[in-house]
Amino acid sequence: MRSSVIIFPGSNCDRDMDVALKKFGFKNQMVWHNDQSIPKSDLIVLPGGFSYGDYLRCGSIASKSKIIKSVIDFANSGGLVLGICNGFQILTETGLLKGILQQNKFLNFICRNVFVKVKDKQNKYFKDLKKDVLELHIAHNEGNYFCSDDELKSLEDNNQIAVTYCGEDGTENETTNPNGAIKNIAGIFNNNKNVLGMMPHPERMIDKYLSGEDGSLFFKNILDNFK
Amino acid sequence: MKIKVIVTLKNGVLDPQGKAIQQTLNGMNFGNVEDVRQGKYFEIEVKEKDEKKAKSLVDDMCKKLLANLVIEDYKIV
Repeated sequence: MRSSVIIFPGSNCDRDMDVALKKFGFKNQMVWHNDQSIPKSDLIVLPGGFSYGDYLRCGSIASKSKIIKSVIDFANSGGLVLGICNGFQILTETGLLKGILQQNKFLNFICRNVFVKVKDKQNKYFKDLKKDVLELHIAHNEGNYFCSDDELKSLEDNNQIAVTYCGEDGTENETTNPNGAIKNIAGIFNNNKNVLGMMPHPERMIDKYLSGEDGSLFFKNILDNFK
Repeated sequence: MKIKVIVTLKNGVLDPQGKAIQQTLNGMNFGNVEDVRQGKYFEIEVKEKDEKKAKSLVDDMCKKLLANLVIEDYKIV
């Protein structure tokens, strides 16, 4: 499975993502934001970081960069596009995903492990995933997902909520919500479920000695579903 | 010509920074501050002499980049 990771000025999880993808057998290549086109890929990843210093709004400047047109075309033709953290913010700013990531409710930068519940498995990312609750890492200042009531209803009606913050046992409530996100939302899909944006970093959970391996499950699952 | 734009959060959208500023002001004995909403202010120099045309250009910029209409409103002043 071929993948491309887009690097923006200020991306800082691009190499972690590269290491993770290659570890599980993706043929990954790095693509610079100023390039016009993306090499043939089955998956495009927008990595975490602070693209363009998060100026104006997180992800807003990156969402207008040269390479983005190719990403949007790829997404609209059904290709898999995964945005992690700042990548999720960029995807909402392009309009590929609904809503926006606002500043965390308590104005703090959060950097810790969280549990997320997989809400939908009828998609190429989570189909046949063995677990329902994953332990992943978050590190963000703007992860407070917000959208209008109408948009939320359509996300719910179409099962576009991908993952939600929860406790180890899967309980979702205010105490398991780290940033104030509406309905504990940690990640969502587009209408066709080929575009996934999420705040947690699976690429940081791929080594049992360093962190945990629930990220490994995530990447292996994408590969298994591609075969 | 210079066009000025103010971008603010829509009514009903949580503004934690505004809230923190309000609480700080209250703590500084500005007890009559009931609410604070924080926004952004832009001065845009446009190479255009016709004010109407310049404003319509800036309006387009607001829709496409300066404001995110999911949570923000803008006003050209």
